[in-house]
Amino acid sequence: MLKLACAIIMRDVRLSLRHGSASTMVVGFFIMVVTMFPFAIGPEQNILQRISVGVIWVAALLSCLLSLDRMFQTDYEDGSLDQFILSPVPLELVVLAKCIAHWLTTSLPLIVITPILGIMMNLPEQGFMPMILTMLIGTPALSFIGGIGASLTVTLRRGGTLLSLLILPLFIPVLIFGVLAVKASIGGYPATAHMMLLLGFTLFSAAIAPWAGAAAIRSGIE
Amino acid sequence: MSNIFDDKGPDILKGQNLTCIRGDRIIFSNLDFELAAGRALILNGANGSGKSSLMKIIAGLLPAQSGIMSFEGQDILGNKDWISHNICYLAHKNGMKPEMTVAENLTFWANMENHHGDIRKEATKIGIEHCLDLPVCYLSSGQARRAALTRVLCHPGEIWLLDEPTVGLDMAGVSLLAGLMNEHLDRGGRILAATHIELGLDPAKSAMLPMTDFRQTTPIGLEESLLC
Repeated sequence: MLKLACAIIMRDVRLSLRHGSASTMVVGFFIMVVTMFPFAIGPEQNILQRISVGVIWVAALLSCLLSLDRMFQTDYEDGSLDQFILSPVPLELVVLAKCIAHWLTTSLPLIVITPILGIMMNLPEQGFMPMILTMLIGTPALSFIGGIGASLTVTLRRGGTLLSLLILPLFIPVLIFGVLAVKASIGGYPATAHMMLLLGFTLFSAAIAPWAGAAAIRSGIE
Repeated sequence: MSNIFDDKGPDILKGQNLTCIRGDRIIFSNLDFELAAGRALILNGANGSGKSSLMKIIAGLLPAQSGIMSFEGQDILGNKDWISHNICYLAHKNGMKPEMTVAENLTFWANMENHHGDIRKEATKIGIEHCLDLPVCYLSSGQARRAALTRVLCHPGEIWLLDEPTVGLDMAGVSLLAGLMNEHLDRGGRILAATHIELGLDPAKSAMLPMTDFRQTTPIGLEESLLC
Protein backbone atom coordinates (compact mmCIF):
# COMPACT_ATOMS: atom_id res chain seq x y z
CA MET A 1 0.00 0.00 0.00
CA LEU A 2 2.73 2.41 1.05
CA LYS A 3 4.77 1.41 -1.98
CA LEU A 4 1.89 2.24 -4.30
CA ALA A 5 1.34 5.62 -2.65
CA CYS A 6 5.05 6.35 -3.02
CA ALA A 7 4.90 5.35 -6.70
CA ILE A 8 2.06 7.81 -7.34
CA ILE A 9 3.82 10.59 -5.40
CA MET A 10 7.08 9.93 -7.26
CA ARG A 11 5.26 9.99 -10.58
CA ASP A 12 3.58 13.33 -9.89
CA VAL A 13 6.77 14.90 -8.56
CA ARG A 14 8.66 13.62 -11.60
CA LEU A 15 5.98 14.99 -13.94
CA SER A 16 6.15 18.34 -12.21
CA LEU A 17 9.96 18.43 -12.51
CA ARG A 18 9.86 17.46 -16.19
CA HIS A 19 7.10 19.88 -16.94
CA GLY A 20 9.02 22.45 -14.95
CA SER A 21 6.74 25.37 -15.53
CA ALA A 22 4.06 24.55 -12.94
CA SER A 23 6.13 24.87 -9.77
CA THR A 24 8.20 27.74 -11.12
CA MET A 25 5.06 29.63 -12.07
CA VAL A 26 3.55 29.20 -8.63
CA VAL A 27 6.72 30.48 -6.95
CA GLY A 28 6.91 33.36 -9.43
CA PHE A 29 3.31 34.30 -8.72
CA PHE A 30 3.96 34.17 -4.96
CA ILE A 31 6.94 36.52 -5.29
CA MET A 32 5.01 38.88 -7.60
CA VAL A 33 1.97 39.18 -5.31
CA VAL A 34 4.11 39.91 -2.25
CA THR A 35 6.21 42.41 -4.23
CA MET A 36 3.08 44.33 -5.22
CA PHE A 37 2.40 45.42 -1.63
CA PRO A 38 5.43 47.67 -1.02
CA PHE A 39 4.63 49.32 -4.36
CA ALA A 40 0.98 49.84 -3.49
CA ILE A 41 1.37 50.84 0.15
CA GLY A 42 4.73 52.59 0.08
CA PRO A 43 8.05 51.61 1.58
CA GLU A 44 7.28 52.65 5.16
CA GLN A 45 8.92 50.02 7.32
CA ASN A 46 6.40 50.10 10.19
CA ILE A 47 3.40 49.51 7.95
CA LEU A 48 5.16 46.77 5.99
CA GLN A 49 6.17 45.12 9.23
CA ARG A 50 2.58 45.14 10.47
CA ILE A 51 1.10 43.63 7.32
CA SER A 52 4.01 41.29 6.46
CA VAL A 53 2.64 38.12 8.07
CA GLY A 54 -0.83 38.53 6.60
CA VAL A 55 0.43 39.39 3.14
CA ILE A 56 2.75 36.41 2.96
CA TRP A 57 0.01 34.05 4.15
CA VAL A 58 -2.61 35.42 1.72
CA ALA A 59 -0.13 35.28 -1.16
CA ALA A 60 0.68 31.68 -0.24
CA LEU A 61 -3.02 30.74 -0.25
CA LEU A 62 -3.55 32.34 -3.66
CA SER A 63 -0.44 30.72 -5.15
CA CYS A 64 -1.56 27.37 -3.85
CA LEU A 65 -4.91 27.85 -5.55
CA LEU A 66 -3.18 28.50 -8.86
CA SER A 67 -2.07 24.92 -9.38
CA LEU A 68 -5.01 23.15 -7.71
CA ASP A 69 -7.24 22.85 -10.76
CA ARG A 70 -4.60 20.76 -12.57
CA MET A 71 -4.39 18.26 -9.73
CA PHE A 72 -6.78 15.72 -11.31
CA GLN A 73 -7.54 17.51 -14.57
CA THR A 74 -4.54 16.21 -16.52
CA ASP A 75 -5.22 12.65 -15.36
CA TYR A 76 -8.86 13.04 -16.36
CA GLU A 77 -7.97 14.38 -19.79
CA ASP A 78 -5.47 11.68 -20.75
CA GLY A 79 -7.57 8.80 -19.37
CA SER A 80 -5.30 8.00 -16.41
CA LEU A 81 -8.10 8.71 -13.94
CA ASP A 82 -10.29 5.97 -15.46
CA GLN A 83 -7.38 3.58 -15.15
CA PHE A 84 -6.82 4.54 -11.53
CA ILE A 85 -10.49 3.77 -10.85
CA LEU A 86 -10.20 0.41 -12.62
CA SER A 87 -6.94 -0.59 -10.96
CA PRO A 88 -6.95 -2.54 -7.69
CA VAL A 89 -5.52 0.54 -5.93
CA PRO A 90 -8.18 2.20 -3.74
CA LEU A 91 -9.14 5.58 -5.17
CA GLU A 92 -8.82 7.04 -1.67
CA LEU A 93 -5.13 6.18 -1.69
CA VAL A 94 -4.72 7.81 -5.10
CA VAL A 95 -6.35 11.03 -3.83
CA LEU A 96 -4.20 11.02 -0.69
CA ALA A 97 -1.02 10.48 -2.69
CA LYS A 98 -1.90 13.20 -5.17
CA CYS A 99 -2.59 15.67 -2.34
CA ILE A 100 0.81 14.90 -0.84
CA ALA A 101 2.45 15.28 -4.26
CA HIS A 102 0.68 18.61 -4.69
CA TRP A 103 2.06 19.80 -1.36
CA LEU A 104 5.58 18.69 -2.32
CA THR A 105 5.50 20.42 -5.69
CA THR A 106 3.62 23.60 -4.71
CA SER A 107 3.76 24.47 -1.03
CA LEU A 108 7.28 23.25 -0.29
CA PRO A 109 8.89 25.61 -2.85
CA LEU A 110 6.79 28.45 -1.39
CA ILE A 111 8.06 27.71 2.10
CA VAL A 112 11.63 27.65 0.84
CA ILE A 113 11.26 31.11 -0.70
CA THR A 114 9.37 32.61 2.27
CA PRO A 115 12.43 33.84 4.28
CA ILE A 116 13.53 36.00 1.34
CA LEU A 117 10.08 37.55 1.07
CA GLY A 118 10.12 37.98 4.85
CA ILE A 119 13.22 40.14 4.55
CA MET A 120 11.58 42.13 1.78
CA MET A 121 8.47 42.73 3.89
CA ASN A 122 10.55 43.68 6.93
CA LEU A 123 9.32 40.71 8.96
CA PRO A 124 10.77 40.95 12.50
CA GLU A 125 13.58 38.48 13.01
CA GLN A 126 11.82 36.59 15.82
CA GLY A 127 9.02 35.95 13.32
CA PHE A 128 11.03 33.92 10.78
CA MET A 129 11.09 30.57 12.52
CA PRO A 130 7.40 30.68 13.54
CA MET A 131 6.48 31.77 10.00
CA ILE A 132 8.20 28.75 8.44
CA LEU A 133 6.91 26.43 11.15
CA THR A 134 3.28 27.54 10.76
CA MET A 135 3.57 27.22 7.00
CA LEU A 136 4.96 23.71 7.35
CA ILE A 137 2.04 22.83 9.62
CA GLY A 138 -0.69 24.73 7.80
CA THR A 139 -0.04 24.37 4.07
CA PRO A 140 -0.76 20.62 3.91
CA ALA A 141 -4.34 21.53 4.83
CA LEU A 142 -4.47 23.68 1.70
CA SER A 143 -3.51 20.73 -0.48
CA PHE A 144 -5.96 18.37 1.24
CA ILE A 145 -8.95 20.74 1.14
CA GLY A 146 -7.91 21.81 -2.33
CA GLY A 147 -7.85 18.14 -3.33
CA ILE A 148 -11.53 17.83 -2.41
CA GLY A 149 -12.33 20.91 -4.47
CA ALA A 150 -10.22 19.72 -7.40
CA SER A 151 -11.97 16.36 -7.45
CA LEU A 152 -15.38 18.04 -7.33
CA THR A 153 -14.59 20.19 -10.36
CA VAL A 154 -12.49 17.69 -12.33
CA THR A 155 -15.09 17.05 -15.03
CA LEU A 156 -16.00 20.71 -15.51
CA ARG A 157 -14.40 22.39 -18.46
CA ARG A 158 -13.75 25.71 -16.75
CA GLY A 159 -13.66 24.48 -13.19
CA GLY A 160 -10.82 26.76 -12.07
CA THR A 161 -12.94 29.77 -11.11
CA LEU A 162 -15.60 27.70 -9.40
CA LEU A 163 -12.85 25.88 -7.56
CA SER A 164 -11.49 29.19 -6.18
CA LEU A 165 -14.92 30.27 -4.96
CA LEU A 166 -15.52 26.87 -3.44
CA ILE A 167 -12.20 26.49 -1.70
CA LEU A 168 -11.04 29.94 -0.56
CA PRO A 169 -13.61 30.24 2.26
CA LEU A 170 -12.39 26.90 3.60
CA PHE A 171 -8.83 28.24 3.66
CA ILE A 172 -9.83 30.98 6.15
CA PRO A 173 -9.21 28.92 9.33
CA VAL A 174 -5.67 28.18 8.11
CA LEU A 175 -5.14 31.87 7.46
CA ILE A 176 -6.50 32.96 10.86
CA PHE A 177 -4.49 30.53 12.97
CA GLY A 178 -1.38 30.80 10.80
CA VAL A 179 -1.28 34.59 11.14
CA LEU A 180 -2.22 34.53 14.86
CA ALA A 181 0.55 32.05 15.67
CA VAL A 182 3.24 34.14 13.98
CA LYS A 183 1.96 37.41 15.49
CA ALA A 184 1.88 35.86 18.95
CA SER A 185 5.51 34.75 18.62
CA ILE A 186 6.54 38.19 17.38
CA GLY A 187 4.76 39.78 20.36
CA GLY A 188 6.55 37.42 22.74
CA TYR A 189 3.49 35.38 23.68
CA PRO A 190 3.27 31.58 23.53
CA ALA A 191 1.95 30.43 20.15
CA THR A 192 1.43 26.77 21.05
CA ALA A 193 -2.38 27.00 21.18
CA HIS A 194 -2.61 28.49 17.68
CA MET A 195 -0.13 25.97 16.35
CA MET A 196 -2.13 23.13 17.89
CA LEU A 197 -5.35 24.38 16.32
CA LEU A 198 -3.61 24.73 12.97
CA LEU A 199 -2.21 21.22 13.26
CA GLY A 200 -5.65 19.94 14.25
CA PHE A 201 -7.17 21.52 11.18
CA THR A 202 -4.50 19.98 8.95
CA LEU A 203 -5.00 16.53 10.45
CA PHE A 204 -8.76 16.83 10.15
CA SER A 205 -8.51 17.79 6.48
CA ALA A 206 -6.02 14.95 5.88
CA ALA A 207 -8.51 12.54 7.41
CA ILE A 208 -11.50 13.55 5.31
CA ALA A 209 -9.84 14.51 2.00
CA PRO A 210 -9.18 10.97 0.67
CA TRP A 211 -12.77 9.83 1.20
CA ALA A 212 -14.46 13.05 0.13
CA GLY A 213 -12.19 13.36 -2.90
CA ALA A 214 -12.68 9.75 -4.02
CA ALA A 215 -16.46 10.03 -3.65
CA ALA A 216 -16.45 13.26 -5.65
CA ILE A 217 -14.41 11.71 -8.45
CA ARG A 218 -16.65 8.63 -8.62
CA SER A 219 -19.81 10.68 -8.91
CA GLY A 220 -18.22 13.18 -11.28
CA ILE A 221 -16.87 10.62 -13.73
CA GLU A 222 -20.35 9.28 -14.48
CA MET B 1 -33.30 -13.61 -9.40
CA SER B 2 -31.23 -16.58 -8.30
CA ASN B 3 -32.02 -18.81 -11.25
CA ILE B 4 -30.68 -16.15 -13.59
CA PHE B 5 -27.26 -16.59 -12.08
CA ASP B 6 -27.44 -20.37 -12.22
CA ASP B 7 -28.52 -21.27 -15.74
CA LYS B 8 -26.42 -21.39 -18.91
CA GLY B 9 -23.32 -22.70 -17.15
CA PRO B 10 -21.10 -20.79 -14.80
CA ASP B 11 -18.27 -19.90 -17.10
CA ILE B 12 -20.09 -17.33 -19.18
CA LEU B 13 -19.94 -13.60 -18.71
CA LYS B 14 -23.55 -12.57 -19.05
CA GLY B 15 -25.30 -9.27 -19.22
CA GLN B 16 -29.07 -9.15 -19.09
CA ASN B 17 -31.56 -6.37 -19.57
CA LEU B 18 -28.90 -3.70 -19.43
CA THR B 19 -30.23 -0.20 -19.89
CA CYS B 20 -28.11 2.89 -20.16
CA ILE B 21 -29.39 6.43 -19.71
CA ARG B 22 -27.19 9.44 -20.23
CA GLY B 23 -28.63 12.87 -19.65
CA ASP B 24 -32.31 12.43 -20.48
CA ARG B 25 -31.78 10.01 -23.33
CA ILE B 26 -31.97 6.24 -23.32
CA ILE B 27 -28.86 5.09 -25.16
CA PHE B 28 -29.87 1.43 -25.22
CA SER B 29 -32.31 -0.70 -23.32
CA ASN B 30 -32.82 -4.39 -22.54
CA LEU B 31 -29.46 -5.30 -23.95
CA ASP B 32 -28.38 -8.90 -23.45
CA PHE B 33 -25.01 -10.40 -24.22
CA GLU B 34 -23.07 -13.54 -23.49
CA LEU B 35 -19.35 -14.04 -23.65
CA ALA B 36 -17.87 -17.49 -23.20
CA ALA B 37 -14.21 -18.28 -22.61
CA GLY B 38 -12.10 -18.04 -25.76
CA ARG B 39 -14.72 -15.99 -27.58
CA ALA B 40 -14.81 -12.44 -28.88
CA LEU B 41 -17.81 -10.17 -29.15
CA ILE B 42 -17.56 -7.31 -31.60
CA LEU B 43 -19.86 -4.40 -30.90
CA ASN B 44 -20.89 -2.66 -34.03
CA GLY B 45 -23.25 0.17 -34.60
CA ALA B 46 -23.34 3.78 -35.62
CA ASN B 47 -21.64 6.56 -33.69
CA GLY B 48 -23.60 7.26 -30.56
CA SER B 49 -25.22 3.84 -30.42
CA GLY B 50 -23.72 3.20 -26.99
CA LYS B 51 -20.69 1.03 -27.67
CA SER B 52 -18.44 2.99 -25.34
CA SER B 53 -21.22 3.35 -22.79
CA LEU B 54 -21.70 -0.42 -22.68
CA MET B 55 -17.98 -0.91 -22.09
CA LYS B 56 -17.97 1.69 -19.36
CA ILE B 57 -20.92 -0.04 -17.69
CA ILE B 58 -19.10 -3.38 -17.84
CA ALA B 59 -15.97 -1.74 -16.46
CA GLY B 60 -17.99 -0.16 -13.66
CA LEU B 61 -17.25 3.41 -14.76
CA LEU B 62 -20.91 4.12 -15.52
CA PRO B 63 -23.89 2.87 -13.53
CA ALA B 64 -26.47 0.86 -15.45
CA GLN B 65 -30.02 2.10 -15.11
CA SER B 66 -31.23 -1.47 -14.91
CA GLY B 67 -30.08 -5.00 -15.63
CA ILE B 68 -27.62 -7.47 -14.19
CA MET B 69 -24.26 -8.86 -15.12
CA SER B 70 -23.12 -12.20 -13.81
CA PHE B 71 -20.03 -14.39 -13.91
CA GLU B 72 -19.65 -17.76 -12.21
CA GLY B 73 -22.79 -17.16 -10.23
CA GLN B 74 -21.85 -13.82 -8.77
CA ASP B 75 -23.22 -10.41 -9.56
CA ILE B 76 -20.35 -8.41 -10.98
CA LEU B 77 -22.07 -5.19 -12.02
CA GLY B 78 -20.00 -2.46 -10.37
CA ASN B 79 -18.08 -5.04 -8.31
CA LYS B 80 -14.79 -3.16 -8.22
CA ASP B 81 -12.75 -5.92 -6.71
CA TRP B 82 -13.74 -8.47 -9.35
CA ILE B 83 -13.45 -5.95 -12.17
CA SER B 84 -9.97 -4.79 -11.25
CA HIS B 85 -8.64 -8.35 -11.28
CA ASN B 86 -10.40 -9.69 -14.36
CA ILE B 87 -11.03 -6.83 -16.73
CA CYS B 88 -8.51 -4.88 -18.75
CA TYR B 89 -10.09 -1.81 -20.29
CA LEU B 90 -8.55 0.19 -23.10
CA ALA B 91 -10.48 3.41 -23.58
CA HIS B 92 -10.33 5.96 -26.39
CA LYS B 93 -7.67 7.76 -24.40
CA ASN B 94 -4.39 5.99 -23.89
CA GLY B 95 -3.83 6.86 -20.24
CA MET B 96 -0.19 7.70 -20.87
CA LYS B 97 1.61 10.73 -19.48
CA PRO B 98 3.21 12.65 -22.37
CA GLU B 99 6.15 13.79 -20.24
CA MET B 100 7.16 10.26 -19.26
CA THR B 101 8.75 7.60 -21.44
CA VAL B 102 6.74 4.63 -22.65
CA ALA B 103 8.68 2.31 -20.31
CA GLU B 104 8.08 4.59 -17.32
CA ASN B 105 4.37 4.77 -18.08
CA LEU B 106 4.08 1.00 -18.48
CA THR B 107 6.10 0.28 -15.35
CA PHE B 108 3.91 2.67 -13.38
CA TRP B 109 0.70 0.95 -14.50
CA ALA B 110 2.25 -2.47 -13.91
CA ASN B 111 2.85 -1.38 -10.31
CA MET B 112 -0.67 0.01 -9.94
CA GLU B 113 -2.27 -3.07 -11.47
CA ASN B 114 0.00 -5.29 -9.41
CA HIS B 115 1.56 -7.48 -12.06
CA HIS B 116 5.04 -8.00 -13.34
CA GLY B 117 4.69 -8.69 -17.04
CA ASP B 118 7.79 -8.47 -19.20
CA ILE B 119 7.23 -5.04 -20.74
CA ARG B 120 9.96 -5.33 -23.36
CA LYS B 121 8.73 -8.73 -24.51
CA GLU B 122 5.13 -7.55 -24.84
CA ALA B 123 6.23 -4.33 -26.55
CA THR B 124 8.14 -6.35 -29.13
CA LYS B 125 4.97 -8.28 -29.99
CA ILE B 126 3.18 -5.08 -30.98
CA GLY B 127 6.28 -3.54 -32.57
CA ILE B 128 6.92 -0.62 -30.24
CA GLU B 129 10.07 -1.86 -28.45
CA HIS B 130 12.30 0.72 -30.17
CA CYS B 131 10.25 3.55 -28.61
CA LEU B 132 10.33 2.34 -25.01
CA ASP B 133 12.77 5.03 -23.92
CA LEU B 134 11.08 7.89 -25.75
CA PRO B 135 8.71 10.31 -24.03
CA VAL B 136 5.14 9.63 -25.14
CA CYS B 137 4.76 13.21 -26.42
CA TYR B 138 7.27 12.42 -29.21
CA LEU B 139 5.27 9.44 -30.48
CA SER B 140 2.79 9.50 -33.33
CA SER B 141 -0.80 8.66 -32.46
CA GLY B 142 -0.39 5.15 -33.86
CA GLN B 143 2.76 4.56 -31.82
CA ALA B 144 1.03 5.89 -28.69
CA ARG B 145 -1.85 3.49 -29.35
CA ARG B 146 0.61 0.61 -29.64
CA ALA B 147 2.14 1.68 -26.34
CA ALA B 148 -1.32 1.63 -24.73
CA LEU B 149 -1.95 -1.81 -26.24
CA THR B 150 1.28 -3.02 -24.61
CA ARG B 151 -0.36 -2.25 -21.26
CA VAL B 152 -3.26 -4.49 -22.27
CA LEU B 153 -0.85 -7.28 -23.22
CA CYS B 154 0.90 -7.04 -19.83
CA HIS B 155 -2.39 -7.01 -17.90
CA PRO B 156 -3.25 -10.33 -16.24
CA GLY B 157 -7.03 -9.89 -16.66
CA GLU B 158 -8.66 -12.42 -18.99
CA ILE B 159 -11.40 -10.10 -20.25
CA TRP B 160 -10.25 -7.41 -22.63
CA LEU B 161 -12.52 -4.44 -23.24
CA LEU B 162 -11.10 -2.65 -26.24
CA ASP B 163 -12.73 0.58 -27.30
CA GLU B 164 -11.68 1.20 -30.92
CA PRO B 165 -8.27 -0.39 -30.41
CA THR B 166 -7.19 0.22 -33.99
CA VAL B 167 -7.54 4.02 -34.00
CA GLY B 168 -4.34 5.45 -35.42
CA LEU B 169 -2.80 2.06 -36.20
CA ASP B 170 -1.37 1.37 -39.65
CA MET B 171 -2.20 -1.80 -41.61
CA ALA B 172 0.76 -3.69 -40.13
CA GLY B 173 -0.35 -2.63 -36.67
CA VAL B 174 -3.90 -3.84 -37.24
CA SER B 175 -2.74 -7.27 -38.40
CA LEU B 176 -0.31 -7.53 -35.47
CA LEU B 177 -3.16 -6.67 -33.12
CA ALA B 178 -5.47 -9.21 -34.77
CA GLY B 179 -2.82 -11.89 -34.31
CA LEU B 180 -2.42 -10.99 -30.64
CA MET B 181 -6.19 -10.98 -30.11
CA ASN B 182 -6.45 -14.42 -31.68
CA GLU B 183 -3.66 -15.63 -29.38
CA HIS B 184 -5.55 -14.26 -26.40
CA LEU B 185 -8.68 -16.14 -27.51
CA ASP B 186 -6.65 -19.33 -27.95
CA ARG B 187 -5.48 -18.99 -24.36
CA GLY B 188 -9.13 -18.93 -23.30
CA GLY B 189 -9.34 -15.17 -22.86
CA ARG B 190 -12.40 -13.13 -23.76
CA ILE B 191 -12.55 -9.99 -25.84
CA LEU B 192 -15.24 -7.37 -26.15
CA ALA B 193 -14.25 -4.86 -28.78
CA ALA B 194 -15.88 -1.89 -30.43
CA THR B 195 -14.57 -1.25 -33.89
CA HIS B 196 -15.62 -0.01 -37.28
CA ILE B 197 -13.16 -2.05 -39.30
CA GLU B 198 -12.77 -5.74 -40.03
CA LEU B 199 -10.26 -6.94 -37.45
CA GLY B 200 -9.56 -10.34 -38.97
CA LEU B 201 -10.40 -12.42 -35.92
CA ASP B 202 -11.06 -16.14 -36.17
CA PRO B 203 -14.69 -16.18 -37.42
CA ALA B 204 -15.44 -19.36 -35.47
CA LYS B 205 -14.61 -17.58 -32.25
CA SER B 206 -16.11 -14.17 -32.74
CA ALA B 207 -19.67 -12.93 -32.89
CA MET B 208 -21.27 -9.59 -33.60
CA LEU B 209 -23.45 -7.60 -31.27
CA PRO B 210 -25.38 -5.05 -33.31
CA MET B 211 -26.02 -2.18 -30.94
CA THR B 212 -28.77 -0.74 -33.10
CA ASP B 213 -31.07 -3.60 -32.08
CA PHE B 214 -31.31 -2.10 -28.62
CA ARG B 215 -31.65 1.46 -29.73
CA GLN B 216 -34.38 3.55 -28.13
CA THR B 217 -35.61 6.47 -30.11
CA THR B 218 -38.54 7.56 -27.98
CA PRO B 219 -37.49 10.19 -25.48
CA ILE B 220 -38.32 9.32 -21.92
CA GLY B 221 -40.61 11.34 -19.73
CA LEU B 222 -39.47 14.00 -17.33
CA GLU B 223 -40.33 11.88 -14.30
CA GLU B 224 -37.98 9.17 -15.44
CA SER B 225 -35.19 11.54 -16.30
CA LEU B 226 -35.39 13.00 -12.81
CA LEU B 227 -34.83 9.53 -11.43
CA CYS B 228 -31.33 9.32 -12.88
